[in-house]
Amino acid sequence: MTSVLEVFDLYVDRNGQPVVQGVTFTAGVGERVALMGPSGAGKTTVLRAIAGLEQSAGAVTLSRSSTYDLREDPFALHRTSPVGMVFQFHHLFEHLTALQNVALAPVQVSRIPRDEAERRAKDLLDQLGVGHRMHARPHELSGGEAQRVAIARALAMKPLLLLMDEPTASLDPARRDDLASTVRRLSEDGTTILIATHDTAFAGACVDRVLLLHDGRIVREGRPADVLA
Amino acid sequence: MWRVRHALAIVLLLLAPSRLSAQQTPELRWGGDAEGGAPFVEADPSDPMKVIGFDVEIAQLLAQGLGRMSRFVQVGFTSLDAAAARGDFDIGLSGIEDSAARRTRLAVTIPYYQFREILTVRAADGARYRTLADLAGRRVATLGATLAYDLLLEAQAEHGVVPVTYEDDVHPYSDLAIGRVDAVLLDEVLAERGVRRNPGLMNQLAPVGVGHYVGILSAGNAGLRDRMNDILRQAMADGRLEAIFRKWKMWNDDQPEMYARLTAGSAPPETASSSAPVATSSWEAAVRYLPALLRAAAITVVLSVLSMALAIALGAALATGRVYGPRPVQIVLTAWVELIRGTPLLLQLFVLYFGLAAVVQLPAFLAALLGLGINYAAYESEIYRGALQAVPRGQLEAARTLGFSEMQSLRLIRAPQAFRLALAPMTNDFVALLKDSSLVSVITVVELTKQTSIFAANIGSWVLPGVMCAAMYLVLSLPLARFARKIEKGWGR
Repeated sequence: MTSVLEVFDLYVDRNGQPVVQGVTFTAGVGERVALMGPSGAGKTTVLRAIAGLEQSAGAVTLSRSSTYDLREDPFALHRTSPVGMVFQFHHLFEHLTALQNVALAPVQVSRIPRDEAERRAKDLLDQLGVGHRMHARPHELSGGEAQRVAIARALAMKPLLLLMDEPTASLDPARRDDLASTVRRLSEDGTTILIATHDTAFAGACVDRVLLLHDGRIVREGRPADVLA
Repeated sequence: MWRVRHALAIVLLLLAPSRLSAQQTPELRWGGDAEGGAPFVEADPSDPMKVIGFDVEIAQLLAQGLGRMSRFVQVGFTSLDAAAARGDFDIGLSGIEDSAARRTRLAVTIPYYQFREILTVRAADGARYRTLADLAGRRVATLGATLAYDLLLEAQAEHGVVPVTYEDDVHPYSDLAIGRVDAVLLDEVLAERGVRRNPGLMNQLAPVGVGHYVGILSAGNAGLRDRMNDILRQAMADGRLEAIFRKWKMWNDDQPEMYARLTAGSAPPETASSSAPVATSSWEAAVRYLPALLRAAAITVVLSVLSMALAIALGAALATGRVYGPRPVQIVLTAWVELIRGTPLLLQLFVLYFGLAAVVQLPAFLAALLGLGINYAAYESEIYRGALQAVPRGQLEAARTLGFSEMQSLRLIRAPQAFRLALAPMTNDFVALLKDSSLVSVITVVELTKQTSIFAANIGSWVLPGVMCAAMYLVLSLPLARFARKIEKGWGR
């Protein structure tokens, strides 16, 4: 399998304390990987380091595996932010509607015309089942709705790799099943997905591989059925 | 117990000297403004704790006649009338002009000096500007609430002269020298001094009007006033007043004439005519002053809005520099903000308008706008800095993972969110600025408060003008606060 993400010997210190100590792993195209482990094991920190939000040592390599027809879309290479992140608390832009949250980066960063960006944003919100909430502001959304808007916002930039931090924390069981099927569908389109979670049922339902972290180190690795058994 | 008695003894000891002296020689407390300067009242250059001047010597003369010790009380010139009425001192002496308004609400002594109101112009204009009629459409400076001001108001109606009021008697002449005004109308004592200090000015000797210096006491103090009049008449007769004015080089032929009439027992001369008849009812006065107050309110509004716009733009730049700039920039901007916040706005206005006049002559309105704008920018920048820092970090991290540059993240995410946090304190600041704009009267801009104080000085009461002025400020500020609350609600926070 072609690897999209290569993490090699990743270290992160916080206040002089090591939080992540030499994590090494890879993830392939369309692969779904869960980072699991007890609280404080370093799951979220690994995600943040990959997203470029932590000062870290080691190497994180992202490789583009998709091919673009540059004659049809000469700016294709510039139009994707390689990593998308869905935060545990969503961090939707408070002053914008759901639709604006999703369309902002495509317009401002990728320079896609506003009409087209909004049309695509609407499609994404529809696909995720929150199209009817596109004019709502973040504080008017339920936890599950906000999460789906946050996923749409990240997907609008067509990332190679989607990072999700504790995505089931604000969901009831029915919504959790919906999310699992959404994750599976996204990976079928070729998006690689890395999920930090402590929800074993969720991980069991939707990932290909589990990395078990403890004290900032990977202690076990394998298929969910084996690792979580 | 020992301690209590001991402490009591110390307290008594401390009180003793003042109580003793008060018993031995009663005081004559006299009020004046040492800022008025020589030859009236000024701090003694060799001993700044003491005051000297002809008014000081007249106070001593009166105290002596009453068998009292004179003691000086510093009161701002424009507050002298109100302070006399309140009884803050026994008598006010500071080149105070006799006027019909003063006579109706205070006990006024007989005049002790007669002066001429004269025009001062630049020597080059000596042939061009001889009378007020020659100054049609020109700016003529004077002190507010004086006889000269009333004369200028008449000239405004008659010849189209533009009166410019100052709060002190030094800057009219320095501004005349640098061309901000084309003439000054004040009494000859001030004019003499003004010409001496500013080469290139000259006095037009033909008098525009005649006035008199008097002492003022509270209306209930007519008995003391009468005793003082006797002392003054005596001093006129035996030459002691003449000696004082000769010493201060103010003696001239006008004085013996007036003294002869007064010692012969004739009534004090009529007060100079004033454009504002005092006897009208306050209601009539209010109607008469309403247009002037409304015009002044418009100036307050325009000045406040423009200053606030400047303060917001500058404040945003300062805050951005302090949050995003490199360390040296942060240090310089922080020092600037502390400098502006740590010094009085009044001082900043003086420096901008008078201090910089040698380098750049800002028009008064522009200086007022810059002064208020720069001052409030410092406060705005603190609000914006706090608001920028209050935007949750998660918002900025989300922007970063979506590929926004720092600049885009500031422009699209951080600034719009900070603006909502800043809106309530900004509204408060704007209301404060609206009121602080009254300070610009010190650099000759006549805004709402200044116009009100002119009105009050004219009718001799602060009650009606105060109520009208307060109502206008409220009309301006209340809708603003409501508007801001509405916006905040609309944003659903």
